[in-house]
Amino acid sequence: MEVKFAEYADAVVVRLIGELDEHTASQVRPTIDMAIDMCRQRTFIFDFSKLDFMDSTGIGMLLGRYKKLKQKGIEAKICGPNRLVDKILNTAGIYSIIKKTS
Amino acid sequence: MKNELKIEISALTANDAFVRSTVAAFCLPLNPTVDQIEDIKTAVSEAFTNSVIHGYESDAEKKVEISARLDGDELEIIVVDRGCGIKDVKTAIQPFFTTKPEQERSGMGFTLMSTFMDRMDVTSAPGEGTRVVMAKKIEREVENA
Repeated sequence: MEVKFAEYADAVVVRLIGELDEHTASQVRPTIDMAIDMCRQRTFIFDFSKLDFMDSTGIGMLLGRYKKLKQKGIEAKICGPNRLVDKILNTAGIYSIIKKTS
Repeated sequence: MKNELKIEISALTANDAFVRSTVAAFCLPLNPTVDQIEDIKTAVSEAFTNSVIHGYESDAEKKVEISARLDGDELEIIVVDRGCGIKDVKTAIQPFFTTKPEQERSGMGFTLMSTFMDRMDVTSAPGEGTRVVMAKKIEREVENA
């Protein structure tokens, strides 16, 4: 699992590359949290376009980051999920709190 | 065609990718779609992770047993641990129920297993362990001539 960050004037984009499960989530969580701590932008986007696999660990990971972002007044967004990731996020009702963007 | 697979592997989350990929590869003779493979991988990942995190509390000395069986167009997967077990299965399988909220657990594992597979059955007893049986029919859509 690889994480790439891109910084824009308005937003930080974190791109997750590879497979997100219990094992890899524990590796990327601290990296993403550091980016959230340093984030001065208003929006934080989770780019899932290069995420090939996810299980329910991803839901917990997202909700945890969402709470952190909310505390800082930063809006969380999701973009580019594949069919599987989209199905999981839908099943868990994630889109009712974190909006999908293009 | 009947075919069977059995793996016994250390209760390490690092083994999850191997386990789900192996089960996915095992069902390839049924010619599943990419979507079906993804569904199976997620369901296996949920069951295996549960056994490691909850059943064995991440004790790597312990082993999780994964079997898969192909019979006709049906795939059956059985994941067994001899760990702490579940007191109340009915409650445990409810969406968002988790015993470890402090670890950012979503409580969606069993929900995803039953959503992604056709059938899911959980048997468990405190102190004895948990057995999850899941099945899915791999029917290919008829391709256009």
